[in-house]
Amino acid sequence: MNKRLFVKGNEAVCIGAIAAGCRYYFGYPITPQNEIPEYMSRELPGLGGTFLQAESEVAAINMVLGASAAGVRVMTSSSGPGISLKAEGLSYMAGSELPAVIVNIMRCGPGLGGIDASQADYFQAVKGGGHGGYHLIVLAPDSIQELYDLSMVAFDLADQYRVPAMILGDAMIGQMKEALIPHPYQPLAELPAKDWSVTGKGNRVQGNTVKSLFLQDGALEAHNWRLHDRYQQLKDREVRCETIGIDDAELILTAFGGAARIAKTAVSMARQAGLKVGLIRPITLFPFPEQVFRQATERCRRVLCVELNNGQMVEDVRLSVDRQADVRFYGRPGGTGSLPTPEELFEQLQKHYKD
Amino acid sequence: MADSMITVFERPHSLKPVPSHFCSGCHHGTVHRLVAEALDQLELQQQTIGIASVGCSVLLYEYFDIDVVEAPHGRAPAVATGVKRVHPDSIVFTYQGDGDLAAIGTAEIIHAANRGEHLTVIFVNNTTYGMTGGQMAPTSLGGQVTTTTPYGRDLETDGNPIRMAELLALLDGTHFSARVSVDAPRRVAQAGKVIHKAFEMQKNRAGFAFVEVLAACPTNWGLSALDANERISQEMMPCFPLGTFKDLSGAQG
Repeated sequence: MNKRLFVKGNEAVCIGAIAAGCRYYFGYPITPQNEIPEYMSRELPGLGGTFLQAESEVAAINMVLGASAAGVRVMTSSSGPGISLKAEGLSYMAGSELPAVIVNIMRCGPGLGGIDASQADYFQAVKGGGHGGYHLIVLAPDSIQELYDLSMVAFDLADQYRVPAMILGDAMIGQMKEALIPHPYQPLAELPAKDWSVTGKGNRVQGNTVKSLFLQDGALEAHNWRLHDRYQQLKDREVRCETIGIDDAELILTAFGGAARIAKTAVSMARQAGLKVGLIRPITLFPFPEQVFRQATERCRRVLCVELNNGQMVEDVRLSVDRQADVRFYGRPGGTGSLPTPEELFEQLQKHYKD
Repeated sequence: MADSMITVFERPHSLKPVPSHFCSGCHHGTVHRLVAEALDQLELQQQTIGIASVGCSVLLYEYFDIDVVEAPHGRAPAVATGVKRVHPDSIVFTYQGDGDLAAIGTAEIIHAANRGEHLTVIFVNNTTYGMTGGQMAPTSLGGQVTTTTPYGRDLETDGNPIRMAELLALLDGTHFSARVSVDAPRRVAQAGKVIHKAFEMQKNRAGFAFVEVLAACPTNWGLSALDANERISQEMMPCFPLGTFKDLSGAQG
């Protein structure tokens, strides 16, 4: 089980999902995530599971809704344009408190955009891409190993809090190959029984109902406050974040996912050049590591946020530091030839370090 | 004396003993009852999972004493597919109106049928969007006045009433497709037999079974209950003929 594998990110997320007990996958082809449905179509039948290529992204997420309501671990994957189509189903799943894992291997946009790496779906993922005001748990891996690890975490968090979880990768993370050590699955916590799921009423006194419609006086408000409490619990307990050298930093660079890989190299270049530069890498984008930013900027008053878009996570960084630090931004919106190099980010670090 | 009395008519066990919210003369109550009778007769209540759709029938779970999942508008066949793939031994049915199934959910119903999902689909065709207040449906008749066709449905610009039972019968995955009506007692009895068959087929793992039910919406049609029944036979049936368009139940042995 612990033999090292050399796999693509898109395969790693599948290996993690299967290790975590996921036996149901419903999806639709879209670049740059096609290795995910291809892997699942190959592996799930032999494990007694179900792979189904749906007629549309819309149908796929609703099959996920049905399978989740039926009580099992289930996954779908797509990229930006497909996630837009799934937004309706995601809103219903959030409203119906249905756990599932949704993988978004981001490509660049808007519209058909292109198939290169981008992080332009941050708002869509973190702010709730569908209607009605809800959150997804959003996890942002920056390596193939972490894709595997977070795939398992995503299932656990989704089941524990009954909130759908999104793994937000990008074309770079999804397509590249790295070594992976497939540690055995260990549940994060004792997970609650899915006694709310539909199985056929059997000997239960009452039928189970999975729904998001609340028409009685006050019922919907109470439901929304309950969801709000759940989101607050996530903020209190489940923030994940990597920090490098922030204790003595004069400038903190922050980035997530693919951008963070490039940022890490730029940070070590800066350290070698004698610049006191640190890194905050949010791993959970929701819940966002607000306190980490708050505490780090009590001493270090300058932050440079780097993203593969024109500035999205930077808004959450600014809200987190609440004007106690000078938050700056550098981004490239993606597209062919639009990925920043470590040298380019090092140059930015030197510039923002000085003035 | 009491011991010698025989129950000849009672509420189906698969329905809860509660009043419904449906308008007077609406046929949803009738169709609910026929579905519940079929579940009772086939002893399926304990293993049945209903998929509620968006529209007047969304409150299915208030009336049926079974497990229910509420689907987004038009998506019930996809939700049902997910449920059935997880619990292949359960009985899964969708209950959908004409806007839900034949407009916004056209892709989902066609592909669920085409895959031959082992589902029972109850399709209530009343030629209008009931819940939202009587707008044009894909099944609205030529010339029909609705709140969005105030001058009558113009077949040139608004399209034609869509015949789902015939359309789905063309697909290889469809095992049973029929159209019934509940406008008159003898047709209610016939509709009950067809709905029973559609559930029995699923019990026998015989594949996708579709029953279209012509039904009245007196409120949005602006007719009395009796006149609404009359409209079904006089105006709807010429466009939506009753009958069985496909039946492979024999072929399934």
